[in-house]
Amino acid sequence: MITLEKASEDFAVVNVTRRSFLQGALSASAFVLCVAKAPLLAKAAGNVAPGSVSPSIDATAFHPSIFLGIQPDGTVLIVAHRTEMGNGVRTSLPRIIADELDADWSRVKVIQGDGDERYGSQDTDGSHSVREFFDTLRETGATARLMLVRAAAQQWGVPEAQCEADPVHVVSHKASNRTIGYGELAALAAKQPVPKKEELKLKSPSEWRYIGKPAPGYDVTDVCAGKPLFGMDVRVDGMLYAAIAHPPVLGGKVKSVDDSATLKLKGVKQTIPIDPFTPPHHFQPLGGVAVIADNTWSAFKGRDALKIEWDNGAHVVYNSPDYKKQLQETARQPGKVVHTIGDPDAAFSKGGKLIEAEYYAPHLAHASMEPPVAVADVQGEKVTVWSPTQNPQGVQEEVAKKLGLKKENVTCHVTFLGGGFGRKSKPDYAVEAAVLSKTTGKPVKVVWSREDDIKFDYFHSVAAMYIKAAVDDKGMPKAWLQRSVFPPISSTFDKDAVYGSDGEMSLGWNVIPFDVPNFRSENGKAVNHVRIGWLRSVANIYHAFAVQSFANELAYAANRDPYDYLLALIGSGHVIDAKQPPDVAAKYPYDTARLRHVARLAADKANWGRKKSGNGWGMGIAVHRSFLTYVASVVEVEVDQSGAVRIPNVYTAVDAGIVANPEMVRSQFEGAAVFGTSIARTGEITATNGVIDQSNFHNYPVARMNDAPVQVDVQIVESSAPPAGVGEPGVPPFVPALCNAIYAATGKRVRELPLARNGFA
Amino acid sequence: MVHLKVNGSAQAFDGDPDMPLLWYLRDILGFTGTKFGCGMALCGACTVLENGKAIRSCSTPMKQLEGREITTIEGISTHGPHAVQRAWAAVNVPQCGYCQTGQIMQAISLLSSKPHPTDADIDDEMSGNICRCGTYQRIRAAIKEAAKERA
Repeated sequence: MITLEKASEDFAVVNVTRRSFLQGALSASAFVLCVAKAPLLAKAAGNVAPGSVSPSIDATAFHPSIFLGIQPDGTVLIVAHRTEMGNGVRTSLPRIIADELDADWSRVKVIQGDGDERYGSQDTDGSHSVREFFDTLRETGATARLMLVRAAAQQWGVPEAQCEADPVHVVSHKASNRTIGYGELAALAAKQPVPKKEELKLKSPSEWRYIGKPAPGYDVTDVCAGKPLFGMDVRVDGMLYAAIAHPPVLGGKVKSVDDSATLKLKGVKQTIPIDPFTPPHHFQPLGGVAVIADNTWSAFKGRDALKIEWDNGAHVVYNSPDYKKQLQETARQPGKVVHTIGDPDAAFSKGGKLIEAEYYAPHLAHASMEPPVAVADVQGEKVTVWSPTQNPQGVQEEVAKKLGLKKENVTCHVTFLGGGFGRKSKPDYAVEAAVLSKTTGKPVKVVWSREDDIKFDYFHSVAAMYIKAAVDDKGMPKAWLQRSVFPPISSTFDKDAVYGSDGEMSLGWNVIPFDVPNFRSENGKAVNHVRIGWLRSVANIYHAFAVQSFANELAYAANRDPYDYLLALIGSGHVIDAKQPPDVAAKYPYDTARLRHVARLAADKANWGRKKSGNGWGMGIAVHRSFLTYVASVVEVEVDQSGAVRIPNVYTAVDAGIVANPEMVRSQFEGAAVFGTSIARTGEITATNGVIDQSNFHNYPVARMNDAPVQVDVQIVESSAPPAGVGEPGVPPFVPALCNAIYAATGKRVRELPLARNGFA
Repeated sequence: MVHLKVNGSAQAFDGDPDMPLLWYLRDILGFTGTKFGCGMALCGACTVLENGKAIRSCSTPMKQLEGREITTIEGISTHGPHAVQRAWAAVNVPQCGYCQTGQIMQAISLLSSKPHPTDADIDDEMSGNICRCGTYQRIRAAIKEAAKERA
């Protein structure tokens, strides 16, 4: 779900020594700490006050949360409770703990956490992982370090103050020149009371040994070795394979099925109907007919041989060209007011030069390299699921709901994800596997083909935007009105939802970071005909495209350099009211000075203005704040006579506050430019009579090496501000920066995505 | 019956002769390092070596493989990581990592025919392999690194 930003969650640290978990991965004398979300922990432990140590905690059957354990041999085990999908959390999160613990990173073993509500949020979307858990993870590490120091002091019979964790993995007593390893201290440390938060001494940033220091991925060697890490790689004894013929139109039902040809095929075992969903579709399976086989290929082949007559239902009316006209019509009419500053109507009525433009951005599919896949094994009242999921608790909930079981009876093992981008927050495919396992009585692996993935996605929303501005004699806007219209994500959860949620409006639409005295943002209604979901940076994509393209249009209308004009629009920089929840606004004020700063960094690095734009060469700039992070993109393009666009350089500047691992931040922003290239060049999903027209990479092309940016430069602002998001914020400004560059190079304005619709390739 | 070698071991296959090599490797032999991405030879995630040259296993039916030698990511090196794998790690190429085994197999094939590829050679050879995370510039850098190491 798209929710408003949260400042942080409340966690408590507890000692769970002697608990049996990790299937015996820890020896009996290991020292284990865990933290859990305080209210849940209290519930689990029988209302024990958060932070206190109580024997009753050991007696309760709760699974440890983010935790660390120290083995007698000195190995430190740290759980990554959030999903690894290229975002680097299996490296970044454990290193935060390891830093405050003064652990030797080479002796840390990272373990993936199963789905469990006691971890707090595990839904790895919204670029939350570091910022939501930064403080908690530091405190966890610092807690363990203090307990180790106290254990050493006790063992040596010296004052605690004379002991320190130094350099790594040992506690030292300098006065007597003694050191003792963490492993040796584990058993005694485990007996120490858990210190109160006030007793902890967190490091100052200058003392950090891992936080803010670049580190390669923890799993890089295993990944390159082709180890079975991904959901697609899961193999369980006795497992059957399933492919599902989904209704071609959302909400369609099977009228009749002839499976005779299918059942004759070698390897095919049986076919099983899957019930259609009850609206709203939420995360329910789409329905259809499953083919069960003893290998993936036979399941696919058997599915192809099915003869199904469908009752397509109401959404056959969905035709993209008509729908586009409707959205654009709606965007031209007054909509629901989202936010107003000053008196825009009065300001517009004063006359002056009026500039208006319409923008359009189509549906997108996630197309992660690993299509959706899940293995489920239903054994009586218990279910085990292995799945690449961004949302393991969602898997538990949805599977439990569908099978009429308790959530805690569903175990969800989280595999690596071959890409997620938001698609894998929706556990419909895991529910399919569970339904089929229950029917067959065997473990079942549901494998979506690429065609399934693209045709039956939770699509990024199609959107039409209208913007107008009244400008003064210097070309600066005195009034600004913007409307966006798109079928909302909330239609996935509420079949009657037609307006964008507050969350979607907060993604680059309710306010703009420009000094405009009179402003209004609006939203028009739109009915969904396909499943709508969130995709890497969500509504920011089309909103930033419209706002940052329009700013660029204003610059040219004013006959100004687009970069200078952008700085003028931002103004000198100050905190603006971004309609954030109060706790978020307090911790993360929207300061346009930071936006201005990244714009300058990117433009300086690009050597903006070094060459006159035109004749097929140009640079474009755009800025955007999303997921609390300030980003500027400068894109350089070369466009030849045929309209072929080459992107030799991208210059990105990022202010994400404190960054846990700059190496991962860099790679996220390199990748975001490529992801943005896919969106801008060719990203377009359309429907004809309710059926999605695209199916695979030949008609839904994504950026390849020869059309991706050649070099993406990433500058990271050194900052002491709280950490912000990094997985998504690189995408939104890239797309308009590219389109602005194309305008600079060719004089042709791209108001409709993708570029392929504008004569560019 | 199709007789072939996979990672040096003799194998005999008597299943559906239309079954793509990909699914034989993954579901029957258990070499899951070779990935399923598109099923149409469009993305390169399934790349393996056939007699040393990169092919798309998702679109190569078993019936074409009589007497062939197939090498998957699991079989490229017997003594620790291959030079290309080491370069991939040194440059920290992977993000999600799903496509990277296919990328590595393609890069090995490239370097075997062109030990010192130019940027254009790399673009030509590698543009059949999609990385949705967008690691292309690091892939390019890693191939150059591997070429250097092998020199």
